[in-house]
Amino acid sequence: MASESSYYVPEQSRLPIFATIGLFLTAFGAANWINGGSSYIFFIGALAMAGVLWFWFAAVIRENMAGLNSDQLKRSYVWGMGWFIFSEVMFFAAFFGALYYIRTFALPWLGGEGDRGESNMLWQGFENTWPLMVTPDAAVHGDAAKVVGPNDIIDPWHLPLLNTVILLTSSVTVHIAHVFLKKGKRNAFNLWLGLTVLLGALFLFFQVEEYYEAYVHLGLTLESGIYGTTFFMLTGFHGAHVTLGTIMLLIMLLRSVIAHHFKPDDHFGFEASSWYWHFVDVVWVGLFIFVYVLGS
Amino acid sequence: MAHGPKPGFSRWLYTTNHKDIGSMYLWFSFAMFLLGGCMALVIRAELFEPGLQIVQPEFFNQMTTMHGLIMVFGAVMPAFVGLANWMIPMMIGAPDMALPRMNNWSFWILPFAFAMLASTLFMDGGAPNFGWTFYAPLSTEYAPPSTTFFIFSIHIMGASSIMGAINIIATILNMRAPGMTLMKMPLFVWTWLITAYLLIAVMPVLAGVVTMMLMDIHFGTSFFSAAGGGDPVLFQHVFWFFGHPEVYIMILPAFGIVSAIIPTFARKPLFGYSSMVYATASIAFLSFIVWAHHMFTVGMPIAGELFFMYATMLIAVPTGVKVFNWVTTMFRGSMTFETPMLFAIAFVILFTIGGFSGLMLAIAPADFQYHDTYFVVAHFHYVLVPGAIFSITAGVYYWLPKWTGNMYNETMGKVHFWLAFVGLNVTFFPMHFVGLAGMPRRIPDYALQFADFNQIASVGAFLFGAAQIVFLFNVVRTVMGGKKATDEVWDDPEGLEWTVASPAPYHTFSTPPAVR
Repeated sequence: MASESSYYVPEQSRLPIFATIGLFLTAFGAANWINGGSSYIFFIGALAMAGVLWFWFAAVIRENMAGLNSDQLKRSYVWGMGWFIFSEVMFFAAFFGALYYIRTFALPWLGGEGDRGESNMLWQGFENTWPLMVTPDAAVHGDAAKVVGPNDIIDPWHLPLLNTVILLTSSVTVHIAHVFLKKGKRNAFNLWLGLTVLLGALFLFFQVEEYYEAYVHLGLTLESGIYGTTFFMLTGFHGAHVTLGTIMLLIMLLRSVIAHHFKPDDHFGFEASSWYWHFVDVVWVGLFIFVYVLGS
Repeated sequence: MAHGPKPGFSRWLYTTNHKDIGSMYLWFSFAMFLLGGCMALVIRAELFEPGLQIVQPEFFNQMTTMHGLIMVFGAVMPAFVGLANWMIPMMIGAPDMALPRMNNWSFWILPFAFAMLASTLFMDGGAPNFGWTFYAPLSTEYAPPSTTFFIFSIHIMGASSIMGAINIIATILNMRAPGMTLMKMPLFVWTWLITAYLLIAVMPVLAGVVTMMLMDIHFGTSFFSAAGGGDPVLFQHVFWFFGHPEVYIMILPAFGIVSAIIPTFARKPLFGYSSMVYATASIAFLSFIVWAHHMFTVGMPIAGELFFMYATMLIAVPTGVKVFNWVTTMFRGSMTFETPMLFAIAFVILFTIGGFSGLMLAIAPADFQYHDTYFVVAHFHYVLVPGAIFSITAGVYYWLPKWTGNMYNETMGKVHFWLAFVGLNVTFFPMHFVGLAGMPRRIPDYALQFADFNQIASVGAFLFGAAQIVFLFNVVRTVMGGKKATDEVWDDPEGLEWTVASPAPYHTFSTPPAVR
């Protein structure tokens, strides 16, 4: 119980107030930019935010290496990361829920089926299909429609399948890296972690290629009705999370290679990043099944 | 660890101390309570007489919207987080919150977020004017440009709430003194554990729905537009999936506070502790499967109406368990009626009235009559004002001597209570009648036959507002000085917080206490 009685509480810290200012400038700047103002505030805020995070994590790492972090305090970080990932799960749940509400209820009703089928009187001639290639607007207004559907959609069995294999493999490689870290084999750890980062980057490369294909060749865009909306919002937020996860793992790799951080029994920074990575992997499996395969 | 607070302003800016942060949360929430209250008084002043008197309809709409947003996100939620910050570490014998720096960050986001939200009042096109529930397409296609700033302020408020909730869960699960098993925790800690879980589960959904709005407004997506295959009703489903648990986020900690106060002044242990815990958990679970009772008139299949009606009615069971437990705690107790107890008893009675009108609204066929009338306004103000606000007030009076080391002025406290009690009933009870008679909510004008009750309500609202000045005066005086409080403050109260000195030392339980 000796370690339990010395929970490290820093006396004061300037980090949070700077983080607040950074976050505020980012949010305010984003709103200002989107509303047609200049983008400077946003970029200053984002830079400030990144800087604060750098110093904040550096402080935590320094404290841990100075032996300030008791086992109990480390458990707080574990709970913190776990519940943060749960909040991310719920964020994606909102978008998956929207997709399935649209597919199960809204579109059939708009198309004249079921309990609320009378909504079809507003969009006569609209038929419910998924993927939605002809929007209600296009069904009623023809060439005068503002929101028209895509010409084609992404075939799940090419790039998405490849990306599924890549991301699933990366979950395995990051696990192997973890096993080597626990055995104290730093070179093998670096190798497998580096491989994971490469796979993450490769995934993102193919995702960009897929978006290029969708926008340039298929007419599948954010503006192409509810199919494009749900497709890009779900895969887009996932892609943003993969980007963040790749950056996290890359930083872990650099910490290991350059600074020789992490001990076989003390490496929560890496562990938390790998949990995050497994999380984005699971979300992708959900996307592959529910957006790509069952959506085509 | 033996240091006291730092001098000067840096104490508040850089602090990692749960007591400092708790105090900042409470003062911030009181400031927002006054701001949101002033907006309510603008509304009540306009509704004092039929016809347009003081403000234009556009501004009236901004007032109803901002009043709701500020009271929910700025007054009630931060007040409960403030109480959690102050009390949870002391109640479980922890040296501080689990993640002290993040705790400071969670707080300081709020003043910035609300400055951003309030600044929309001065933007071209005015502040958000679509009601605090911001239904699409009113909040998307027909919204003022300031909506973008509203969306991002909601985003950072959500970040603050999620970090605060993670901190509270980590503290409760990881920082309890040895021997403080889960089923020995004070109910305030239990209710906050479950509230924090609800927050982490639904704040991201709120972030999701405002993101969908942002994309629909600026990036051409079709979430809420039927022309592209979306559905405005989708907005309501996602919003209320957040919104209904949010209602319990604003009431579960209140249950915890009242469960601390009533046993103290009834001089009996809380009746049915474990059933209280299970009832809280049941309410939290049910809160996820009742959201569409806010949307009975939107056009749902009959199966949906029935499911959400019965699921909603089920909530009356665990809530009834709680009310009966509080009453049974008081039964044959040696009761005294100090200010916290007055507020707590008023909570039990008036919250029950709000619960009953909720039960009426839950009946889907009857709701078609009540929907969007002042009856709904009366209902949710009866659960939020004597529910959330009274419990917070009761908690402040109950723990203020522990925080400051001084006793508040009991006479002034009682004056505050009776003014507030009379004021709120005069304000909100007549709303039941005008609502049942068909007066719609969120409209700056009304038909002549509603005039009498509206005048009564407006008088009550100003009385309730005046009561808060007494409260502020009493609290400030207690902070400045007054009769010294004993360490126990009350007559043999239960809980670790009463085992430390009054005022509580800057750092309590640096070494964990022994829990029997």
